[in-house]
Amino acid sequence: MSAAVTRGRAPVGLGRWLLPAYVVIAFTLLLIPIVYTFVFSFNDANRSNISWNGFTFDNWLSVCAQPEVCTAFGNSLIVGGTATLIATVLGTMIAIALVRYRFRARNAISLLLFLPMATPEVVMGAGLAAQFLTAGVPKGLGTIIIAHAMFCLSFVVVTVRARVLSLDPALEEAGRDLYGSPNQVFWRITFPLLLPGIVAAALLSFSLSFDDFIITYFTSGTTQTFPVFIYVAAQRGIPPQANVIASAVFFLAIAAVLVFQVISARRAAAWRR
Amino acid sequence: MALTVLAPAGANDTAPRSARRSIGTVALVLLLPGLLYLTLFFLVPFVSLLMTSFGVNDPAEYGVFTYGFAWQNYIDVIAAYWPQFLRSFWYALLATVFAVLISYPLAYFIGVRLRDRPLWRNLLLVLVIAPFFISFLLRTFAWKQILSDEGPVVSTLQMIGLLGPQAHLTGTGFAVVFGLTYNFIPFMTLPLFASLDRLDTRLLEAGNDLYAGPATTFFRVTLPLSVPGLVSGTLLTFIPAAGDYVNASQAFLGSPSTSMLGNVIQSKFLITVNYPQAAALSILLMAVIVVIVGFYVRRSGTDDLL
Repeated sequence: MSAAVTRGRAPVGLGRWLLPAYVVIAFTLLLIPIVYTFVFSFNDANRSNISWNGFTFDNWLSVCAQPEVCTAFGNSLIVGGTATLIATVLGTMIAIALVRYRFRARNAISLLLFLPMATPEVVMGAGLAAQFLTAGVPKGLGTIIIAHAMFCLSFVVVTVRARVLSLDPALEEAGRDLYGSPNQVFWRITFPLLLPGIVAAALLSFSLSFDDFIITYFTSGTTQTFPVFIYVAAQRGIPPQANVIASAVFFLAIAAVLVFQVISARRAAAWRR
Repeated sequence: MALTVLAPAGANDTAPRSARRSIGTVALVLLLPGLLYLTLFFLVPFVSLLMTSFGVNDPAEYGVFTYGFAWQNYIDVIAAYWPQFLRSFWYALLATVFAVLISYPLAYFIGVRLRDRPLWRNLLLVLVIAPFFISFLLRTFAWKQILSDEGPVVSTLQMIGLLGPQAHLTGTGFAVVFGLTYNFIPFMTLPLFASLDRLDTRLLEAGNDLYAGPATTFFRVTLPLSVPGLVSGTLLTFIPAAGDYVNASQAFLGSPSTSMLGNVIQSKFLITVNYPQAAALSILLMAVIVVIVGFYVRRSGTDDLL
C-alpha cells in the first residue's frame, strides 16, 4: 500500500521536502510557549517572572511559597473532579439512551446538546452570572462546579455515544441467551465495554474544566482557580511557581497519554495474536 | 482521546434498528437528569440573559436594573461598540483562515503521509494536543513575553529592517490574531486529521491514473473529501475565537485599540456592572454567530452536527 500511496502523489522535487519542512515549522510554533513556560519555571525571580535572572531549582522545591498559587491549583482540582463526576454520569446516561432508544424528541434533544458547544463561552458565562445574580446565589466553588459540569456534559455525550455506537449487540444478545438478567447484562457486559469511552470522556471533561478561564471568571466571585489566578496575576506578574505547576501538569499529562498509548498498542497486539 | 469528540459528527451513525425500542421508563430515567441539568443551567440562564438585555439600567445606582422592554439597549450598544463588534468577527475570520493554512498540511502529513507509520503518527498527534496540557493563559502569556518589545522577535525584526525602531508587536491586531490562531490550531488540526485519516488513498491513485497533476488531485479529490473535517474545525475555531477576550486583553496580547466584544462584555458585566448592556451585547454576539453558522453549515452541506 505504501508504494501505491507515494505513486498517487508523485512528489515533484520541491514537494518532497516542502511538506515535512512545513510540518517542522508548525510544530516549532506549537511548542515554543511550552518550552518558554518550562524554562521560566527555573527562573530565579520572585513575584513577576518576566526577565531571566538566573537558574534555580528553588521554585520546584517550594511550589507553595506563593500560597495563592497552590490554593488556586487545589480549587482547580476540586472543581475539575466534581464537575467531571457530574458530567460523566449524566452524559453517559444520555449517550446510552440516545443510541438505544428511538423517540420523537430525539432531534430536539440533539439540538439541546449541541447548543452549549456552539455558544461562545462569554455568552454562557454572562448567562449564568445573570442567573445567579437574579436567584441571589453567592458565587464560589459551587457555582463554578455547576457551570463546568454544564459545558462538559455535551462533550461527554459525544464521546461516549461514539463508543455505544461501536458496541457489538451480539455480545449483549449472548449474555441474554445465557439467561443474564438485564442488570447482569449491563454491568457484566455493556458497562465494561463502554468503560474506555467513559474514561476518555472523563479525561476530556477534566482537562476542559481544568483549563477553562472565561466561564469560570464569570461564575467564580472571589474564588480563584488556576487559570483565574494567572489572569489576575498577569496584570502585575506571574510568579514562577505557576510555571512549575503548569510544567508538572504538562509532563504528568504527556506521561499519562504515552502510557495509555503503550497499553492500548499492547492490547491491540495481544488481540491479534 | 479528544479525537472522538472533534471528529466530524454525524459519521457512522448506524446503530442497528432492532436495538432501538420505543421510549419507556428506562429511557426517561436515563435522559431526564441530564436534560434537566442542561435546561436549568443552560437554557434558563440564556432566557435570563435575554430578559436582562431588555432591562432598564438605573444610572444612579451601581449594578441595579429593572426588567422592562427596552430595545434601547440594543440601539445603544450597537452605536457605541460596532467597531469592537466588527473587529471580533474580523479577527476570528483571520484566525480561522490562518489556522486552516497551518493545520491542513499538518493534518495531511499525519493523516495521509504517515499512514503506515503508526508510531510516528501517534507521537505527532500527541504533540498536536500537547499545548492543551499547558494552561491556555500561560501559553498566551508566554507569547506576550516572546513578542514583547524586549523580546527576541522584535529585536530580530528590527535588525533586519522589517520593523521600525519604534514599532511594537504586542498590543497590535497582529499579535491578537497571532494569539488566536495559535490557540486554536489544535482545534482545527484534529478534525481535519480525523477526516483525512479516513481518506481512501486509492482515490488519489485513481486521480493520478487519470492524468491529474498533484494540484488537480488535491483540489478535486482530497479537499472535497475533507469538507466535514474542515467544517467542524472552522466552527471549533471561529465560534470560540469570536467570543474570546483573553488574547485581546491588555494584560496579554492586546491593547484598548484591539479590544473585542468579549472584552466589552466582561468589563460591562464585572467592572462597570451595566447588566442590561452586557446582556444585550452577549445576545447580539450569539445571534450573529447563529446566523453565520446556520448559513455556513447549510452551504457546506453537513446539516447533521451531532
